[in-house]
Amino acid sequence: MKNVLGVEIPEYIEGIGKLEPYQGVWKSIIEDEVPSTNISRTLKAKKAHTSKVCSSLEDAIEKCKPFDGMTVTCHHHLRGGDGVLMQVIEILDKMGIKDITLASSSLTSAHDGLVPYVEKGMITKIFSSGIRGALGDVISSGKLKYPAIIHSHGGRVRDFLTGRIKPDLSVLAASAADVEGNATGSHGPSAFGSMGYADIDARYSKNVIIVTDNMVEYPCVPSTIRQHFVDYVVNIDSIGDTSKIASGTTRITSSPMDLRIARIAATVIEQSGLFKDGMSFQVGAGGASLAVAKFLREDMKRKSIQGSFMIGGVTSYGVDMLNEGLFKAIFDVQSFDAAVSTSVLNNPKHVEITCDQYANPNNCGAMTNKLDVVVLGALEVDVDFNVNVITGSSGEIRGASGGHSDTASGANLSVIVCPSFRGRLPIIMDRVHTVVTPGESVDVIVTERGVCVNPAKPDLAVALKKAGLKVVDIKDLKKEVDSMTGIPAKKKLGDKIVALVEYRDGTIIDVIKNVTNLG
Amino acid sequence: MTPKFKAQAGTFESSDIMVLIEPVDEGTGRQVDLSSTVMLQFEEDIKATINQVLDAMNVGHVHLIAKDKGALTPTIKARVETAIKRSLGIQEGTL
Repeated sequence: MKNVLGVEIPEYIEGIGKLEPYQGVWKSIIEDEVPSTNISRTLKAKKAHTSKVCSSLEDAIEKCKPFDGMTVTCHHHLRGGDGVLMQVIEILDKMGIKDITLASSSLTSAHDGLVPYVEKGMITKIFSSGIRGALGDVISSGKLKYPAIIHSHGGRVRDFLTGRIKPDLSVLAASAADVEGNATGSHGPSAFGSMGYADIDARYSKNVIIVTDNMVEYPCVPSTIRQHFVDYVVNIDSIGDTSKIASGTTRITSSPMDLRIARIAATVIEQSGLFKDGMSFQVGAGGASLAVAKFLREDMKRKSIQGSFMIGGVTSYGVDMLNEGLFKAIFDVQSFDAAVSTSVLNNPKHVEITCDQYANPNNCGAMTNKLDVVVLGALEVDVDFNVNVITGSSGEIRGASGGHSDTASGANLSVIVCPSFRGRLPIIMDRVHTVVTPGESVDVIVTERGVCVNPAKPDLAVALKKAGLKVVDIKDLKKEVDSMTGIPAKKKLGDKIVALVEYRDGTIIDVIKNVTNLG
Repeated sequence: MTPKFKAQAGTFESSDIMVLIEPVDEGTGRQVDLSSTVMLQFEEDIKATINQVLDAMNVGHVHLIAKDKGALTPTIKARVETAIKRSLGIQEGTL
């Protein structure tokens, strides 16, 4: 069967189940209607005054009675510095457990070590919002038994609620916890800020283990994960390296190209009609995207504009803007640098939110639906405004869906910032290699060579032109760029589906085929 | 023409190409060793561009090593031309 973007989607995949084709941004999300399957959370009783504390992570995992074919989940708040997920897999492997479904909220450079476990079939299924590095290559070359499922942040919560992900064991890192499992990321030596992604795991998993390198005296306050969701608690030497959370992404770029793109994007926002008191706003943490915040900050001050709230991945740059009074609140599902944790802890206007509240398309209060403006990056865009943030120039998996499609669908103005080409690789395609965010939810693409406005927003194009911006037809811009870079050789792809890209509503928006010439 | 000296042009910066020229004996022919960050997408294109410049300058016998970081065609042409001129000792001005 074909989805609405013309992608051939198998009706059924062994090990995954029945697939629904993507129909359109809001087609399957009907007000007041609950998804056809809707599972309840696990309840488990514990007698009074019994201890949850285990002597080691092995001990705790053993108590959860691991079994072949189980689903294991973790959160990725420690990003590139995560030291917990690999320990869990190593322990399960030593116990001889196999056929694991891994459903971490995302996977980062800290998880390259998963490769041998995928190759030998210990891990056979992966759900994640992002897959990169050596793990991306091994999946792209077709070595994972079943196709990986790439979901959005909001989509992951939905996958728990509808039972597509059925977690058997969740091992959740915390920078402070007590003997009952009250846990947080906001204080302690390894503080990493919000624990927003871990909430759904704690609520829905059959077995929840909190691991911390900082056991505090009961009660651990403030705490994010509460004790009535936690089965076991373990104190370990280290949950990871918090200095690697940011991996250098949260400083304002000095790249002239990124700054130029950001300046144009800020002007687009200012001329969109949304730049006024009460504006809500989200930016990513990388390059041009974060630099947009720098220009908006200056312009908001100059024009005395006070926004309503910022959401999303929060950087210390966003915290500075909150402290300057440019926004009334920050809603934080994920902290992009360790310094943000101090603000989560101390500032009541810096509100830690769950991923459910952030972006779940099937609840009645997702923050992304309150967004005015979001600025997002792209690996590739196409003439229909579709965006790829998951596959690289060879077709290999090397990115993250994250909150991209969640925020783009909810925001009144979704702005994509990207250079028109990167190191000779043109960014504007006839069709992106993989659609993560559909063009229907993208309003403006800003490049250094011009601004492309989705034809569905003619008024916006007129306003931007009037403001003196160089508004160009995306097809013309594509021609201009192609004439400079040349047309890249065709990707070498096989017939095997190695990953499915799930849209936030649970339908399949695209499939990723294996790449045959990966080194 | 046959290059007389070792010479180079370009940098290892992104969007540039480093071209190294090594003189070889007359009659050896052309050897072009290319590595590129966009090898999968533009290998043939870059090699064709390099050979085009060598043809235009009538260089038949040379060992050219190119390390490309995604340079556009005009950049590749300019770097190859400059490297060859340097290796021939016919550079002018600031070359």
